[in-house]
Amino acid sequence: MDAFQIAIAERVAEQHRHHTKPQFFWVWGALLLMTAIEVYLAYQNLQPVRMLSILMGLSVIKAALIIAYFMHMKFEVSRMRWLTMCSLVICLSLMCIFFPDAFRILRLGVR
Amino acid sequence: MADMAVQHGSPQALAGAYEPSLFGTYSKKIGMWLFLLSDSLTFGALLFAYSYGRISNPAWPTPFHSESIRNATLMTAFLLTSSLTMVLAVNASAFGKKKAQLGWLLATMACGTAFVILHGREWSNLIAEGLTLPVFPAVPGSSTSGEFANVANNVPQFPATFFGLTGMHMLHVTIGVIYLGVVALRRYFIPILLGLWLIAWLATPAYSPFHYGAHVLLVAAIVISIILWLKPKVYDSSDVEVAGLYWHFVDLVWMFIFPLVYLMSTRIL
Repeated sequence: MDAFQIAIAERVAEQHRHHTKPQFFWVWGALLLMTAIEVYLAYQNLQPVRMLSILMGLSVIKAALIIAYFMHMKFEVSRMRWLTMCSLVICLSLMCIFFPDAFRILRLGVR
Repeated sequence: MADMAVQHGSPQALAGAYEPSLFGTYSKKIGMWLFLLSDSLTFGALLFAYSYGRISNPAWPTPFHSESIRNATLMTAFLLTSSLTMVLAVNASAFGKKKAQLGWLLATMACGTAFVILHGREWSNLIAEGLTLPVFPAVPGSSTSGEFANVANNVPQFPATFFGLTGMHMLHVTIGVIYLGVVALRRYFIPILLGLWLIAWLATPAYSPFHYGAHVLLVAAIVISIILWLKPKVYDSSDVEVAGLYWHFVDLVWMFIFPLVYLMSTRIL
C-alpha cells in the first residue's frame, strides 16, 4: 500500500469511529420489522390507495435508514447530504409529470 | 505530477497536497455517489413506467399468490441481511481487520447469491406457467391457457414491466456479487467465475433463465481480467466502502420494488 492509499485508509477509519455494531443491528432489526408489517398488510385486503400510501411511507422510512446508517450519509458533511439528496428528490419528483396523463387515459377509457 | 509527488510523501504531508474536498471525502466515494444518483433515475424511470401502466389500465392483473409473496419476503430478508454483513465488512476493513473483512464480504456474497437463485427460480416458475415475453425461449409443456398465460395475453404491459424491472435489479445484484468477489479475492475470483459460468451453462436446460443469464458471468470474467491486467492493485478500506455503497443501493431499490410490484399485486384469499 502506498502513502496515498494509507492516507485514504486513515480517513475511512476516522469517518467510521462513531459507528458501533449495535447500531447496525438495530437498523437491520427495524428494517426487518417494517418488512414484516408490509407483508402483514398485504394479507389484510386493504383499499389499494390506502395500502399504497402505507407501503410507500414505510419504504421511504426504510430507504432513509439505509442511506443514513448503512450508506453513511448521516455522518457526511452537510453540503454533501443536501446536494445529493435534494437533487435526487427533485429529479424523481419531476417524473410525476407523467401521472396526470395516465389518469387521462383511464378517464377516456382508451385501451 | 501531483500524483507522483504525493506518492513519495508521508500521509501527513498529503493533507496539504490537494485542496480540501468540497464534499469532505475522497473522490472515489464521490464518483460512486454520482453513479448511484444517475442509476437511481434509471430505476426511478422503470418504477414510474410500471406505475403509469398500472394506473392507466383498469384490468391490471394481481397474479401473486401466497407462495410468491413468501418467496419474495425470503428474498427481501436475504438482501437486508446482506446489507448488515456488508456494513460489518466495511467496519472491519476501516479498522484493518482483514480476516473479518474477508469473512463478512463472503457472507454478503452468499446472501446476494441466494437472492439471485431464489429470483431466478421464481422467474422459471412464472415462465413455465405462461407469464412470459416473446424474447424468452419457449418452455416445453408450458401452460398456454392458464391464469398466467391469460395475464400475458390480455395485459402484455405487465410481463414487460415486471421482467424489465426485476431483471434490471437482478442484473445489478449479480454485478454487485461479482464486484464484491473481485474486492475480496481479486484475480483468484476469475477462475471461480468461469467455473460458475460453465456449471450454470451446462447444467441447465436452454430455456432456463439461469442458462442464458449465466453469460453475464462470462462477460464479467473477461472485463475483470482486462481491468486487473491493466491495473493490478491491492484493494483497501476505501474500495470496500465504495463497493458497500453500491451494494446498499441495490438493497435500497428492492425496498421499493418489493411493495410496488409484489405486495400491491397480491391475490390472497
